Amino acid sequence: MMWFIGKRLVQGLITVWFIATATFFAMHNVPGDPLLNDRATTAIIRANLEAKYGLDKPVTTQYFIYLNNIAHGDFGISFAQENREVNDIIREHFPVSAILGILAVVIAAVGGILWGSLTALYRNRLPDYIIMFLVILGISVPSFVIAALSQLGIVTINSLLGRTFLPVAGWGTISHMLVPALVLGLTTMAYLTRLMRSSMLEIVNSDFVRTAKSKGVPPARIFARHQLRNAVLPVITVLGPSIAAITTGGFVVEIVFAIPGLGRFFVEAVQQLDYTVIMGTTVFYGAFLVFMVILVDVIYGFIDPRVRMN
Amino acid sequence: MSKLTAADFAPHSNEHHCHALSRPSLSYWQDAWIRLKSNKRALASGCLIIGLLIFTLLGPLLWSVNSSEQDLDQLSTPPGSARSALIIPDYEPWAGPTTTVTELELAGSATTQSVRLQWTSLPEANGHRVYRNLYPVGEEKAYGIPMAEFFDNNTLYFEDRLDLSPGIYYYSVVALGNNRRPATEAATIRVDVLRATTVDEAIAQGLVEEGEEIAVGDTVNIALHPLGTDYLGRDMLARLMEGARVSLFIGIFAPLLYVLMGVVYGSIAGFMGGKVDQLMMRFADFVVALPFLLFMILFKISFGIGPGESGIFPMLVAMVVLLWPATARLVRGQIMQIREQGYVEASKLLGAKSSYLILRHMLPNTLGVVLVTLTFEIPRAIFTEAFLSFIGMGVAPPTPSWGSMSNEGIKTMLNTPHELIFPALLISITVLAFNLLGDGLRDALDARMRNTE
Amino acid sequence: MAETNSRAIEGDDSFTRSAGKQLALYALYAVISLSVLVYILSVAAAQFGSNSTGQAIDVEDNAVTITLRAEPPQLDQGRSTDASSFVVLAHAFEGLIAYDEEARLTPGVAERWEIREDGATFWLREDAKWSDGVPVTAYDFEFAWRRVVDPATASQYAFIFYSIKNAEAVNTGVLPKEMLGVRAVSDRQLEVEFEQPTPYFDKLVAFITFLPVREDFYNSTNGRYGADADEMIYNGPYMITDWVHSASMVWKKNPYYWSDKRGFLDEIRVAYITSDTNAKLNLFKDGQIVETELLSPMLPGAMAERWQIDRIMDGTVFFFEFNHRPGRVTDNLNFRKALMYAHESSELVYKALKEASYLPAVSLFPAWIQGVNGPFREEYPPPEHHMDLEKARHHLELAKQELGVDEFPPIVMLSGDTPVSLVASAYYQELFRKRLGLEIRIDAQIFKQRLAKMTSGDFDIVLAGWGPDYDDALTFGDFFASWNLNNRGRYNSPEMDSYIRTAQSSLDPKERMDAFGNIQQLVYDDVAMLPMYERGWSFVVDPRLKGFRRRSVGPEVDYNYAYIDVSSD
Repeated sequence: MMWFIGKRLVQGLITVWFIATATFFAMHNVPGDPLLNDRATTAIIRANLEAKYGLDKPVTTQYFIYLNNIAHGDFGISFAQENREVNDIIREHFPVSAILGILAVVIAAVGGILWGSLTALYRNRLPDYIIMFLVILGISVPSFVIAALSQLGIVTINSLLGRTFLPVAGWGTISHMLVPALVLGLTTMAYLTRLMRSSMLEIVNSDFVRTAKSKGVPPARIFARHQLRNAVLPVITVLGPSIAAITTGGFVVEIVFAIPGLGRFFVEAVQQLDYTVIMGTTVFYGAFLVFMVILVDVIYGFIDPRVRMN
Repeated sequence: MSKLTAADFAPHSNEHHCHALSRPSLSYWQDAWIRLKSNKRALASGCLIIGLLIFTLLGPLLWSVNSSEQDLDQLSTPPGSARSALIIPDYEPWAGPTTTVTELELAGSATTQSVRLQWTSLPEANGHRVYRNLYPVGEEKAYGIPMAEFFDNNTLYFEDRLDLSPGIYYYSVVALGNNRRPATEAATIRVDVLRATTVDEAIAQGLVEEGEEIAVGDTVNIALHPLGTDYLGRDMLARLMEGARVSLFIGIFAPLLYVLMGVVYGSIAGFMGGKVDQLMMRFADFVVALPFLLFMILFKISFGIGPGESGIFPMLVAMVVLLWPATARLVRGQIMQIREQGYVEASKLLGAKSSYLILRHMLPNTLGVVLVTLTFEIPRAIFTEAFLSFIGMGVAPPTPSWGSMSNEGIKTMLNTPHELIFPALLISITVLAFNLLGDGLRDALDARMRNTE
Repeated sequence: MAETNSRAIEGDDSFTRSAGKQLALYALYAVISLSVLVYILSVAAAQFGSNSTGQAIDVEDNAVTITLRAEPPQLDQGRSTDASSFVVLAHAFEGLIAYDEEARLTPGVAERWEIREDGATFWLREDAKWSDGVPVTAYDFEFAWRRVVDPATASQYAFIFYSIKNAEAVNTGVLPKEMLGVRAVSDRQLEVEFEQPTPYFDKLVAFITFLPVREDFYNSTNGRYGADADEMIYNGPYMITDWVHSASMVWKKNPYYWSDKRGFLDEIRVAYITSDTNAKLNLFKDGQIVETELLSPMLPGAMAERWQIDRIMDGTVFFFEFNHRPGRVTDNLNFRKALMYAHESSELVYKALKEASYLPAVSLFPAWIQGVNGPFREEYPPPEHHMDLEKARHHLELAKQELGVDEFPPIVMLSGDTPVSLVASAYYQELFRKRLGLEIRIDAQIFKQRLAKMTSGDFDIVLAGWGPDYDDALTFGDFFASWNLNNRGRYNSPEMDSYIRTAQSSLDPKERMDAFGNIQQLVYDDVAMLPMYERGWSFVVDPRLKGFRRRSVGPEVDYNYAYIDVSSD
């Protein structure tokens, strides 16, 4: 087991290096100049700015300095937010995205598993139809439309009730988290519901369930121990990439609901050509995702012994 | 207790009865096709997709309106608006009232070309401000949108040409106090605006038949826009068709390319096995680890889009570069599984070459999985393109795509929902159709469910 | 959706029922654990979030809640360049001269001042203090201004100091910063020497870059000056007491502020930092914030709500900038004239942009610029311009002959990626195609890339804008000077240069304004640019807040004179 984990960690590190390199060279191929501003600057000021950000050195030198800094956990100073270090930015804003993302993923997973089992159990009856209809909506309506509509919905509810039942935007309390997390997790929940449903239906017909039934095992136990537990496996496999999609795709929700998360920062950094923030965020996210995938693999290894043997 | 007679124990004859054929022998594909056809949902989706393709490819032949032509007289009109317009003289700038004015009144007729107001100075006014409202001014004195300000009492007239639609407006003139802020004295007038156009415009837009004479005072029917127009007066139907070309082009070709690449890469890796396979899969893992959306955006900026280019090509390339590993891994897994099968061993024993094995045995058996993957990747690609266009990182304007049209539509969601509904609906329908088709394909191609009667 | 596998379960109702019960039990567990998770996460979230109390107006605390468009990237006064930072700085600091309610200049830290031909003197008041009680002195201004021109600071607004003696020399590294023509004679007196006569110096001094910085405090922050709320001290009506980056700020009344004519609110809470106008509108509707701007799609809803809508010109002028570099088609005067006669800016504003608060631009100088005794454009009317397709086509033919071409190559129009630029560029592309048969290619770039292309001259036409730095016609007038780095189209005219020099240095107001009039006419005759629109904002304010102002020159939004008045409802 330890060998398994250790091997994955080493692979992870190499992957992070790869991400850092790819990001660096992609960034430096971007046309445009991060130091330009509306009010033109004289040559000497420009030279000073370049020296400050290390842009006056040749590209390969910059690359090695960059790698060295990353190894020490230093992502540099933001170009646009001139007084803030990228580390600070990540440290202050990533937890927000993470909290939102965790909540969204948990809602999506729990919801997906529950709804999926429900529809599998009540196949072709009313609950199945209702839920599958909602699932279809969830997978076909674009997320930005859902976000905008839900904010509108909150305003309408508030005005109908005459008081602020749910906050329209912002961050900081429970009620701030609920709707954005729900919106963020909706698409994934729809996919997971479908996945869970088909997985359950496959299991239902399998040999070991039939055996259990014929042996007279109580139905509740069959359901819980045999069906649910095995059907959940594909869902967990998909969970890793889902976490990835949710955390990086969260910026629409962050923008619409004015949530100070890292995703929104990334989009703004891209629009301002803020090199250091872009590179730092990408490498950080990449490392985070690699770690998440390793984590999921390890958990999976605990659940399914066959994986460990591989 | 059944009655057994001696006749039941008579010896059986030696005739051999051949097994009757209950039905003709079906290959894997034929069987799958039958099952797919019987799946109503998948069938409906398939028809929908064919319909969409016809809409995209043949539509412009039937509805040949230019999608970038701006009908500035019909901005953001919803589908099904009334279309008759009065012909009026060409626009001439207005230099002010020509008669004596006693109160706030309309000068000339109020048409969508211009509304002209003139008034007398209000008591204790140090200038005036003109407001326009869609609603009558009530006790709360909400005058509406401020249109213009005049800081002296010499200019007592105003011409409104801002985005006039046929309907009722309430104009108010409010006195300004010494501090140039609105005071309490005000006058309001209700104005009914008629849709109008000029002779030149009518001819230019082809509203008049050849040889027909029109003069001031006639009515014409203005251009038909079956699905309404957008905020610049461009025909929605034409734009949706062009947007369909962009969205579907990316949505279908990008997955086609990267699935193909994945198949090639994966089959090589799976077939070679050993160290080569390990190395190739490591590389694939690296590419998978790159955060997808972040890199799509980075690629888009680093490619840069030249003037006049649509940005489709960079997006295509970016998607292909980032998304091939999933298919590669899938195909590799399949190939490795198939390699262990008995019939492959047998074939090898019979002297088959590697290329024969790959082409005849392995690839066709992976085709089912690949086809299903392709059908699911298409909606994903469409969504990705819509999403990127929504945040402004997609195709370059003014190239329309369903995603960028939705982006523009969301801004005016409350007033002109049709600008959002149509593109968003099309995205949803397409995505749904491909998803259902993919479901159906997967069920049809699932060998375990093959009818084994 | 496997249809065929269901037969095993279909008929077995009792199985379904007990399994269903089990599922319900699991669902209950899930909801409970989810609630616990939400609670835990919310505690964690509170560490990073804002403490929005959710009230636009808090009568008890005498506080209001507002939003900022973006996180201020730079609160170091000497280096700040963006609108959000300016808003914060205008409330937390005060310069020698300030703006009053009606945007006129009024004494700030300086009680009185004198502007002469060779320089200026400012006498500071005694009771101006920093937020730690220490008096504001002339040395604070001397230190701050030297910092700005010091090339090591790399301030992008250093150019605005160039009318001060030696400023340019110091900024280009020729002289040390102590040689700047600014001297604190005593705690209460500041002497400024001019490089050339600068009669509008008082208007300049009201600009953000001229704000004071206290040397001992600055040195104690070890390079972190301006990075956080506690890395600054304030001499304005408000202090920043709380700053959660990108999330919120709190400004509290500065107890040491000398005047009782500004700063009537006790607290200003910046509870949201967002650029999404829809989110702001929703917040306003919900009673969370006290003011918001309205874009044209929001106006019908605003009218339905019976809101009092106000408007302000924000001071910026947007125009077509041409590339005047030799070899470009746009360098040809007839070509530019053709484009000019083919369009009218009123159509752009009224039909394409549809913003009630925008004015069609007719000149380099916006409508609100003051002349000698009244509005500049009343004393010097801009040239009359009307669309004239025949003239346009005639000039196009002349241009073809002069350039020796039968057809024009595609023209590259560089634009930004904001919604307004996209609408404008789409409109112009179609317009020039329809009326002149020209092919225009749109090159939409994000801000920095657009700037890079402008600087390197990689465009034919660019949709550009210019906002005023100070309340004098020169802030627009010197745009086309051949030495102005912001003149990225490289328009070069000795006649223009001479007018600008007159406007810069003449002491006679009439002579200066005449020069501006000539500049206005020359811009038209030479088609140096094509005016598009003057930007404005429609906005709505909570009726309980009075004294709030939006400004054309100065901070976008100004709460310095705002106070709560709940009586009138």
